[in-house]
Amino acid sequence: MSRRVRLVVFLIGGGAVAALLAIAFLSMPHFGRSEHLYRDLAVPAAVKHVTANVVSSVNFDQRGMDTFGEETILIASVVGTAALLRPAKEETERRVPDTGRTLGATRLVGYLMLPVSLVIGLDVVLHGHVTPGGGFQGGVVLATGLHLLYVSGSYPALDRLRPLELFDIVDGVGAATFAAVGLAGIAFAGSFLANVVSFGTFGALFSAGTVPILNVAVGMEVFAGIVAILAKFLDQDITVVKEGDQ
Amino acid sequence: MTALLVLSLTLVGVAGTAVVLSRRPERQVVTYSLFGLTLGVLFLALQAPDVALSQVTVGGAVTPMMILLAIRTMDKDQKQRREREDS
Repeated sequence: MSRRVRLVVFLIGGGAVAALLAIAFLSMPHFGRSEHLYRDLAVPAAVKHVTANVVSSVNFDQRGMDTFGEETILIASVVGTAALLRPAKEETERRVPDTGRTLGATRLVGYLMLPVSLVIGLDVVLHGHVTPGGGFQGGVVLATGLHLLYVSGSYPALDRLRPLELFDIVDGVGAATFAAVGLAGIAFAGSFLANVVSFGTFGALFSAGTVPILNVAVGMEVFAGIVAILAKFLDQDITVVKEGDQ
Repeated sequence: MTALLVLSLTLVGVAGTAVVLSRRPERQVVTYSLFGLTLGVLFLALQAPDVALSQVTVGGAVTPMMILLAIRTMDKDQKQRREREDS
């Protein structure tokens, strides 16, 4: 296909999509309006279940099933990455010497920020039902925080700090906890992921019933899952060598 | 409030254009990461701090790191193949 034909095909397709989008946007509610049907339903429902962070209430209580699906997608992608990036027949793994070609400043900032970001990650997971954040965000902060060790130039230290077998187990336990809380909802209230734990006082650490439990479960799963995925990518780059190379 | 929205939307537009216009993948990772940060600012301006947090951590850190590692592995692979062809 010549350049000209490709351009014509693109212009027809792109023009049609642009026209459809314009029609759709014109009949949407206006940007920044003050009346929101969904908000008017979601906020009272969150307050009824003593959840200060309405977004968390939507994610883990009102629409917990959707989040369960998303967590399943994440665990499937971890398994897929592990299967695709396992060392092939002609590849072997080798131990790497400590490669110390990092700027002193990078090293310093990395080591300073490592404990800070781990604490922030834990905070975001544990207070997800009270303040912005939650298991997913906190889990990602924890996982990226851990990789500051790699950015600071110490891959062996990172390798020692994350026993991958353990992380695989944590990943599974997190997902299983989510499912178990859902089944407990069926057992005690008759519907999957029903909020069956006592609600506590508004804004306290122990409030919102099952929401903080699910946050911790998701935090474990996301933290372990992202560390496992990044470990596969790091292995391909650093430790895996094709035979006959070296 | 409106000024903040206009500013952050403009930043997203500029950063997005920069991502499209960077030709080399390893440079594109950097602009992509910055684009992720500007999107985070926009979500914060739209009063969605939960989404902003996800955006900053995933779009600003995890995805760029994966892309960088993938580029490096592919570069290594290509170099080895070229060396093998030479010898």
